[in-house]
Amino acid sequence: MARKEILKAESKNFNFHYADGTHALKDINIPLYEKKITALIGPSGCGKSTFLRSFNRMHDLYAGNKYDGEIILHPDDTNILDKKVDPIEVRMRISMVFQKPNPFPKSIYENVAYGLRVRGEHNKRLLDDKVEEALKGASLWNEVKDRLQDLAYNLSGGQQQRLCIARALATDPEIMLFDEPTSALDPIATVNIEELMSELKKKLTILIVTHNMQQAARISDYTAYMYLGEMIEFDETDTIFTKPSKKATEDYITGKFG
Amino acid sequence: MSKIIGHEDNINAIRALIKKHKKNDRIFSYIGLFVIGSLAIALLVLFLDLVIDGYPKMNLEFFSNFPSRKPEGAGILSAWVGSALVLIVTFFVAVPMGVASGIYLEEYAKKGWFADLIEINVANLAGVPSIIYGLLALGLFVYEFGLGQSILTAGLTLSLLMLPIVIVATREAIRAIPVHIREAAYAVGATKWQVTLHHVLQYAMGGVLTGIIIGMARAIGETAPVITIGALTFIAFLPPTPVSDVAPFINFAWLEAGFTVLPIQMFNWISRPEHAFHINAAATGAVIIILTLLMNGIAIKLRYSIRKKIKW
Repeated sequence: MARKEILKAESKNFNFHYADGTHALKDINIPLYEKKITALIGPSGCGKSTFLRSFNRMHDLYAGNKYDGEIILHPDDTNILDKKVDPIEVRMRISMVFQKPNPFPKSIYENVAYGLRVRGEHNKRLLDDKVEEALKGASLWNEVKDRLQDLAYNLSGGQQQRLCIARALATDPEIMLFDEPTSALDPIATVNIEELMSELKKKLTILIVTHNMQQAARISDYTAYMYLGEMIEFDETDTIFTKPSKKATEDYITGKFG
Repeated sequence: MSKIIGHEDNINAIRALIKKHKKNDRIFSYIGLFVIGSLAIALLVLFLDLVIDGYPKMNLEFFSNFPSRKPEGAGILSAWVGSALVLIVTFFVAVPMGVASGIYLEEYAKKGWFADLIEINVANLAGVPSIIYGLLALGLFVYEFGLGQSILTAGLTLSLLMLPIVIVATREAIRAIPVHIREAAYAVGATKWQVTLHHVLQYAMGGVLTGIIIGMARAIGETAPVITIGALTFIAFLPPTPVSDVAPFINFAWLEAGFTVLPIQMFNWISRPEHAFHINAAATGAVIIILTLLMNGIAIKLRYSIRKKIKW
């Protein structure tokens, strides 16, 4: 790697067991570099979503799931998997955009403001400013500025997903997680979201799971190829897609497998 | 049938097959229509019968007169006031307890044998005959707690009956909220209580309200448990008024008052030998049915209008 990158987070010997005993992730070591997009690719069931969801402790919502190893968040070197670290603290620093757009059945405004409301923010002027800033950041502002009180589900699928990005953005997260954010969207909405992510990485670090290899190639700086719960190869995206060092990676990327 | 159909020359065979299968659709829809039709007609006949029999009494005086030895002057004033006051107590006891229990069981309780045990018990409670609740209330509220044969006792008794309905309705409404909405709320850093208050409770409101109203509609017609705890059958006075024009404007003396309720008044009149009292009973029955239908109607309307605003 030629350039010197700043490390934002890294998983160290990370293992994950689901409540039913499935060993979903095995000794995963992946770094996330600051203000870069890291993509996770691999066939269905390889554990990439499980890995992503560990970054904001989503697995804590369901009893019996078990984390081993560490995910260290820099610069404060907090192990976000530590039982002593409250998952809510982690979620306040690392936000997430889901596969299917999932706005609350509330107004556009309330959707974006919600993250600030749970942080106890009541100042109307500040909320207004933050909502506008987040909607602009998600390039949705021009489409919705005249109908902020409309219900969110009146928006199209692509707009809903950008609304969810605005919701995740409004709280100034350090890292944003995207779990196949465009798999439920049409090609035009997909391009919008991809352009948006390239814009967002100027401000924050992004980890994305995608089924779409062209998408990974287009937008990410680093790519990790995962298979059956293991990380097979991690490198700069250009390297992974042009001269991967492992045969398995090459087979997957060239479509011989998967 | 061993012959494979699907070739062009078999088009008639395909049509015959579809026709045969569609016959089953038709037969079932006829059976369904017949069954539901006979139910609707039975209810309608019952209702019309009560209305026709009770028609001579259907006037304002019927609602503003106390019961009397003379059937012509007798009314249901003490009964409907009693029913209303008992329902107020029932509402304020059963709704907070039922909704809170439903939320706890669904959101907070750890899944395990204990939760299963509670679950089975709640489901069974809904099926316990109401007179058993009456006996429980007689022993517990009347004698043990010394609450007397009062409106408070009746309200508490009926809230026991209503609780499982509210709990089950709350849990079902909560379960209908999709996981991805819940996860979205957690993902921005909400606590469990914030998720419950801002999301779960709000989105479940339609189902919860429906459960509450259906529970109330059941409570209004209950007779057996209210007789068991010793409701009066002939009562020619009203309980003290809950609102007064002097501070603090609310008093709770009415909770301790004796009372009667609509179904007991009706039962009392039916058991009289004079025919004129039977007319009163029929009119009371019609009032109860109208109230019940009205409450169910409100429940349906509320559910519809709330659901319309919520889409996932």
